[in-house]
Formats: sequence, C-alpha cells, structure tokens
Amino acid sequence: MSKNQPVISISNLSFSYTPGLPVLENVSLEIPSGQSGCIVGPNGGGKSTLLKLMLGLLQPVSGSIKVLGGSPAKSRRKIGYMPQYHQLDASFPASVLEVALMGRLTPRTFFAYKKSDRNAAMEALDILGIADLAEQSFAGLSGGQRQRVLIARALAGEPELLLLDEPTANIDPGAEEQFYATLDELRRRMTVITVSHDLGFVNRETDLVICVNRSVNIHRATDFTAETADEVYHHHVNMIKHDHSCFCHCKTEHQKHD
Amino acid sequence: MIDIYNLCFSPEWAFLRFAMLVGVCLAPALGIIGTMVVTRRISSLAGASTHAALGGFGLALFLQRVIQLEWFTPTLGAVIGAVAAAVAVGIVSIYAKEREDTVIGAVWAIGMSVGLLFLDRTPGYVDWQGYLFGSILLLTGEDLVMTLILDAVIIIPTVVFFPSLLAMTFDDTFTRLRGIHVTILYLGLLILTALTIVLLINLVGIMLVIALLTLPSAAAACYTSHLRTTMLLSAVFNVLFILSGLLLSCILSLPSGPTIVVLAGIVYAASMAFKKYFAQ
Repeated sequence: MSKNQPVISISNLSFSYTPGLPVLENVSLEIPSGQSGCIVGPNGGGKSTLLKLMLGLLQPVSGSIKVLGGSPAKSRRKIGYMPQYHQLDASFPASVLEVALMGRLTPRTFFAYKKSDRNAAMEALDILGIADLAEQSFAGLSGGQRQRVLIARALAGEPELLLLDEPTANIDPGAEEQFYATLDELRRRMTVITVSHDLGFVNRETDLVICVNRSVNIHRATDFTAETADEVYHHHVNMIKHDHSCFCHCKTEHQKHD
Repeated sequence: MIDIYNLCFSPEWAFLRFAMLVGVCLAPALGIIGTMVVTRRISSLAGASTHAALGGFGLALFLQRVIQLEWFTPTLGAVIGAVAAAVAVGIVSIYAKEREDTVIGAVWAIGMSVGLLFLDRTPGYVDWQGYLFGSILLLTGEDLVMTLILDAVIIIPTVVFFPSLLAMTFDDTFTRLRGIHVTILYLGLLILTALTIVLLINLVGIMLVIALLTLPSAAAACYTSHLRTTMLLSAVFNVLFILSGLLLSCILSLPSGPTIVVLAGIVYAASMAFKKYFAQ
C-alpha cells in the first residue's frame, strides 16, 4: 500500500437491511493513512453496520467502499478485527495461545500451526502484556484479560488496519490507564479504528471522531466539543473533560434506556 | 447368570459381543462429533435431525413393502432424512438465525409424525419400539462396516482441518474474515453429525441419541480445557459407557439404550460436581 493512499475511502454509500428503511444514507468519508479514528454515535445509529461494511460482511446498496486500496473482501487479511466480546462463548475450551493463533489462520493451515505462527502469536500476546498467560485456559480469564486476548488475536495476523468493536467494554477496574497506553502504542504502529457507544472513549491519541447516526460526520478530535456531541445525539450530552487519556465522557438519556 | 468365559466364547452371547464391537468402533466418531455438538451448542439441531431420520426411515420401509422399491433401505431413508434436516436447519441458522428455533421445532415434530404415519400404514410387522428405544439385536454386519467408514470420514478431516474447526467453533465471523469457507465447513460438520446419529439409532434408539451424543462430551469437558483433549476423553468415556451399559443391561435384563444413557448421566452429574468443588 502506498503511503498516501487513504486507509478507508467511502463515497456516497447507502445501506439498508429492509428497502425503504435506510440504516446509513449517502455516507462519504476518507481516513488518511496513518490517522486513527473513533466511531461514535447512539445505539441503532449504524456503527456496527458501518463496521461490517468495512469488513465486507455486508455489501452497500449503493455507493462504494475501499479499504487499504481494494474491496473490503480483498483486503480482509490485512485487517485485524476484534468483535464485541459478549458475542463469544466465554467457556470455550481453548488456551490463550490457541485463541491468539486463530489470527494466523489461513485456508492453507492444516493439521497444526507453524513455528513462525506461534512466534507471531506470542509476540502479539507480549504487546498486550499477557504473554505469561499463554498456556492458561481462555475460560478462566477475567473479562479484561479476555479482551486483551482478542486484541492479540487481531494483531497476530500482522494487520495494516485494526478494527476494534467496543474495546473498552470490559476493562478491569484499575487497569484503564495501562489499557489506554497499550492502545496508544498500537496507534503508533498502525491505523486503529475503534467503535464505541460511549463517547468517553474518544481517546486523546485519536485523530478523527467519526459520528454515525444514519449520516456520518467526521470531526478532528481536537474540534470535537460538547456542541458537536449534542448534534450527533440530538439531545444534550454531559461532557467531562479528563486530564489525560480521555477527551470526554458522557451518559446520554438515550443510552440509559438501552 | 453369565460368567466371563461364557461371555467371551459362548455363541449364546455372540450378539452382545457384536454389539460391544460396534459400540467400541462408534466411540471415536461419537467423541469427536459429540464434542463439536456440545461446544458449538447444536444439540437441538441434532435432535431435529434425529427425528427427521425416523421420517426417512418410515418412508423407506413403506416404499419397500408397498411398491417393492428394494434398493430404498430403511437405513438409506434415515440417512436422507437426517442429512436433509441437518442441512436445512444449518442453512436457516446461517441466513436467518432468528428463525432457527422455530424451524428446529417444526422439523423435529414433522419428521417424527411423518415417520409414525408411514410406519402405521406399512403392511407387516414393524419393530418400531426398537427404533425408538434401541435394540442391539438389530445390529448387523452392515452397521459395523458403516461405523468403520464413518470413523474414517470423521477422523481424517478433523485432524487435517483442526485449526479451522477450532476457530470456526469459537468465532465463525472472524474465521470467515481469515478466508476460510465457514459455510462449507459448518455444513460438512452437520452432515457428519447426521450420519453419526443414524448409526447411533440402532444402538440406543431415536429417543436417546441426543443423550449419548452430548452427555459423554459434556462430562469430558469438565476435566479439560482444550477441544482436542475433550474429544479424546469423550471417546474414552463412550467406550466405558457403552461396554458397561451393554454388560449391565444383559446381566439385569434391562433395555440397553436406557442403561447406557443412565450410566452416562450419572458420570456427567458426578463430573459437574467434581468441576464445581475440586477444580479451579
């Protein structure tokens, strides 16, 4: 991929699950190479749909989407994806290393993984600070540790783009600072796009805030203010400015009902 | 009363020795497929497939006796019914997950009803109780050969595609994103599950297939946290349950299927208690 090519480029994209009920309408956005973004917006606003379109799991009804210079389906193997944690079986019989190794899977992986795959998976676990848990059972971990394993799995495939769905949903109390530091470290290595229904996770290191509520608006993180948030959520949002890692925090009326 | 010598050599007990041989040969297939059914949580899908097997079985027997369609054997009918149901429910679970539960209920009940209606209208004697509750007297050399073939078609792909299988069972979306044909892999698993079910029917009967498909693997899962070792331990459990269940049923003159299942149930309950109080 050339350095100046946008990581994601979407033009005039619309999507609906049922005709006449658009989930996303006339979306155009471009994420330049080397910039990181945070997708925010109310529940039901289309965040997950936008993510699935980026992964090629859904096809746009109209318009086009390009990821890393090609179609999403073509670029899939260069994308590291972390799904929402609650979608997975927490009692699944596998070790931490076995889960991380899934990020190295290819259609030509037969019998067992190669030594090079094991090394890459161990390195990914090391970046997330959980290499010492490699042989432990995935089912026995805390929520926050499992979240790290799933990020390591996304990282093990040596992606150029990391898509993290709700990465802060299960952080262990007291481990937030360390977790944000890890994410900052990842942002220096590659483009990281996170999805969050919680505006609190608009990290200081994020360049772009991508607001999704049927339509999509991009703000530079430094310009993202309480007024902008109100506009996205259509009602007043409380903002608390944190000292360092967090840019803002909010609880909307909207979210309380979910 | 039977003694060891008679049991091993007397022609009187030949049927029991044969049932034990078939049971031991079924154990590897059962260990692998049972573990996949438990881990992937498709036991109700397997239940629908089992009852649809009765539909195919009844249709085949009816056609054989009424229009002399000799090649359409009850086993072939059961295979067609079980595979068709498993694939149909599998496709619904992939493309319309929200309908899965309803479709499973419908296939389950319709399969069973169609089977019973055909059996009712089939002329001549039909040992339908044997099919519902199992009858080791129904086991034939054909069952043994098919069991050995089934072992081969289950063990070989499981060993070759183990990394993909493990990943798919954990997270099919992620596995699809890694370029694996998850749909083909999943439907393949369902077809092998249906074939295992058909071979289990003669041993324990339609009503008890699901128990024997899930209990040994669920018990095994209490002692290990790896998919591979769960499969191996489940196969060992199956050998133990089938051998001791058959033996006990002959000694006490009990029906074999329920005896095997009750043993498996007791070990499962004990394993759960073990996991709760001693492990972790």
